[in-house]
Amino acid sequence: MEYFLELFLSGLTRGSIYALIALGYTMVYGIIQLINFAHGEIYMIGAFTALIAASVLTIMGWPTIAIFIVATIAAVVYSSAYGFTIEKIAYKPLRNAPRLSPLISAIGMSLFLQNYVLLAQTSDFLPFPQLIPDFEFMEPISHIFSTAELAIVLTTVIVMLLLTYFIKFTNMGKAMRATAQDKKMALLIGINVDMVISVTFIIGSALAALGGVLIANHIGQLNFYIGFIAGIKAFTAAVLGGIGSIPGAVLGALILGWTESFATGYISSDYEDVFAFALLVLILIFRPAGLLGRSETKKV
Amino acid sequence: MEGLVSSMEHILDVKDLTMDFGGLRAVDSVDLYVDKKEIVALIGPNGAGKTTFFNCITGIYNPSKGDIKAITHSGAAARLNGLKPNRVTERGLARTFQNIRLFQNMTVLENVMIGKHCRMKAKVLGALLRDRRTRAEELKAANESYEILEKIGLAKFSDEIASNLPYGAQRKLEIARAMATEPSLLLLDEPAAGMNPQETRELTDLIRQIRDNEDISILLIEHDMKLVMNLSERIYVMDHGQKIAEGTPVDIRNNPEVIKAYLGEDIDA
Amino acid sequence: MEYMIKSLKVAVWFMFLTFPIVVIKVNTIENIVIWRWHNMFYMGVGIFFVSMLWRYFLERKDRVGKKSAAERINITQTIMENPKILRTLIISVLTILCIFPFVTDSYQINIMTVALMYIVLGLGLNIVVGLAGLLDLGFVAFYAVGAYTYALLNYHFGLSFWVVLPIGALMATIFGILLGFPVLRLRGDYLAIVTLGFGEIIRLVLENWNEFSMGPSGIANIDRPTIYGFDMTLTQATIFIYFLMVVFTVFTVFFVNRLQNSRIGRAWLALREDEIACQAMGVGRTRTKLMAFALGATWAGLMGVVFAAKTTFINPASFTFLESAIILSVVVLGGMGSIPGVIIGALIMILLPEYLRAFSEYRMLVFGGAMVVMMVFRPQGLISNYRRKYSFHSADGRFGK
Repeated sequence: MEYFLELFLSGLTRGSIYALIALGYTMVYGIIQLINFAHGEIYMIGAFTALIAASVLTIMGWPTIAIFIVATIAAVVYSSAYGFTIEKIAYKPLRNAPRLSPLISAIGMSLFLQNYVLLAQTSDFLPFPQLIPDFEFMEPISHIFSTAELAIVLTTVIVMLLLTYFIKFTNMGKAMRATAQDKKMALLIGINVDMVISVTFIIGSALAALGGVLIANHIGQLNFYIGFIAGIKAFTAAVLGGIGSIPGAVLGALILGWTESFATGYISSDYEDVFAFALLVLILIFRPAGLLGRSETKKV
Repeated sequence: MEGLVSSMEHILDVKDLTMDFGGLRAVDSVDLYVDKKEIVALIGPNGAGKTTFFNCITGIYNPSKGDIKAITHSGAAARLNGLKPNRVTERGLARTFQNIRLFQNMTVLENVMIGKHCRMKAKVLGALLRDRRTRAEELKAANESYEILEKIGLAKFSDEIASNLPYGAQRKLEIARAMATEPSLLLLDEPAAGMNPQETRELTDLIRQIRDNEDISILLIEHDMKLVMNLSERIYVMDHGQKIAEGTPVDIRNNPEVIKAYLGEDIDA
Repeated sequence: MEYMIKSLKVAVWFMFLTFPIVVIKVNTIENIVIWRWHNMFYMGVGIFFVSMLWRYFLERKDRVGKKSAAERINITQTIMENPKILRTLIISVLTILCIFPFVTDSYQINIMTVALMYIVLGLGLNIVVGLAGLLDLGFVAFYAVGAYTYALLNYHFGLSFWVVLPIGALMATIFGILLGFPVLRLRGDYLAIVTLGFGEIIRLVLENWNEFSMGPSGIANIDRPTIYGFDMTLTQATIFIYFLMVVFTVFTVFFVNRLQNSRIGRAWLALREDEIACQAMGVGRTRTKLMAFALGATWAGLMGVVFAAKTTFINPASFTFLESAIILSVVVLGGMGSIPGVIIGALIMILLPEYLRAFSEYRMLVFGGAMVVMMVFRPQGLISNYRRKYSFHSADGRFGK
């Protein structure tokens, strides 16, 4: 039973991280129908920025909590800036191009960013300092659920609630939903579509950065390649839930997290990634609209 | 009226066709038939469900209810419900699109030759070996396609990239491409949209010629009432997914239901 | 002037953007921070000029638009349509290819063999991506299928290269059909992801299923191809594989060229342009797509067998997503759908990093960036595809050829 609980909680943690990244995919897809291949790289850059900031501050002798806060802020700011810039360079000029073009551009951008970090930093795995201290009240269950994991789950829940509020009730959120439904119409009623798209990229990137910092802190190491696998898995989550749907992304992420956790726990840990990919292939074949997504009717 | 003619004479016979999108009923149990060598028009205000009706017949949508029967390419009768678009085309129904859907980066001739695809047989091996049969088939397809372009009056553009054609010519190319599939029934979705009066007159003659010379029946959706009244032998009127009238142009012109549906739109435009 | 100010702003923005990654380098073991301020300076200056160029080209693209694209196509077209020039070109290229191994060493021959392999792989993927417009990101999976088919059959049963060549191709075709059948009705971007996932599954299975594939350590001592059992020295074998690849390349070019001007090739292009219209014109969507997908897979399988025979050692690390990405960039950079484009693309991708050693480190950075730049400024690639014109005699209104 305890083993089951442990797997359940570790699946919940994984799922929360996937959710943070999947939201970026799903929001961007909802607005411009593009699979932002470079999104995983944004997450990686977020984690790297946090690592760099944390290392510099550690050497300067700051207290851990302050380091954690500053490093997280740095990661969020920089990831958002990268997300914003990438959209302007690689996607905006292609808004009216055939659908394959922005996708290829996105793959190119992803390769570029991976190698940019590889060249400017290193290809080695770097240790990530533990920034979230273990709370004492977590002591009795820390062997199955650590403070870092608690932080991941809590952050995801809070972010979820904030995002839902933002999309539902703020003007920008409404503008986003309008743009997602009909870009031309949104433009006609005076919505600054370019800005809405930029904001979408910024929010998505910020969430990915949060995910990056938390997971790096949890796992304790990172390299330039972590974005690729995480990106595909988060994408799987987004598709599983129904791409374009925000609650769908969270649901999909949790299902994926648990699937991986239980499958590796009860079947075999060698095939950890295979489960995710197999799930992805199966959903796309049998239910491409995802669990909460609407199947679209083609217009002729 | 239908009882007088044996239903097998109809080249297209649609019964009780219904199409639902979620809760929305876009086409509501519509009956329609087209006879051999007949020109029939389907009119109605925007959003009446005309294009959806076309999409159901040509296999792009699978209708929720109803029966679509047609005399196929080979001369036998067949039910078209649930067939894929390419199967419908193989059976002798070809269509054009309201919003021009040409293969923009291919030449005009190639566009037409795509229409010949389903009447050709060459496989990968044939393409590799380019044996006599494959070559003969290619040549035949190219020649026939060119002949169609000549008839439509686009021969001078045959090597031009489709997207470089003037608008009116693009509309005509849609027709040429559909004709290449050797249809027995041609479905034209607003063929005159965006054309000037001169072009529309030419188009009217062209459609009539196709019917007279090629032994093709025609079902067309059109908003240009002059063209509709000039050309069609019978007219169906749809509104809110339902058929509200059918008859000769004179009947339709004087039908109070139709005038009501079109209120605000000038029927004699 | 306005240009300058804007570019200056962009440069400052990028200096901010790249600051943590490019300027700071931490050594987490010894806890030292290295500040590389000079990088910031280079970045600023570099971005300033890049930004000027970017703006200039973007404006030019908007201004000139279609017209110049049409004109540029004509240059390729003149070459392709003038049989004299084309024939001279082909003969001279073939002559160079034939002389090449006898005037260089085996190192050079190896590089050229690899380049030829990428040409063939590129042309295979070009059928899928360029002609049929299906973005296949798991192309390398079929390559792996071919390579492992040969490696395993050779290891267990001692089957020779020539026997396995068709088997490997067939296996890859079967995999292509099995995967393609359910996924080809998906929309383009979903297809890309499914194929990517499939490619990774194949690799992960090869990596973990030790009893079957010998896991990450791979399979060694695979036989090189032989002719009638003659034992060849290493140099001879190298030259033999080189000529084998020349033959393959010529055959592939010939085949793809014929294919794209056939009934099926036309259907692929039309399907890429407008799926719905294409179906409405009587082209069966699934069957036509499947044919492209399976043919691409076949070619990858063939090359996989050659790859295993050439290197005599394979392991899953040779079949990562990166490999798919490299083949894809060959196609994208060269020009989707264009045979000379793919050839040039492969030569640039493979030879440039080999001969410019300093460049090889930046290879994937540059190619990733180039993919973006290509899509933005020249989506048709370096050498764009052109459409064949049918020669026709006006006298009787009939076509020749």
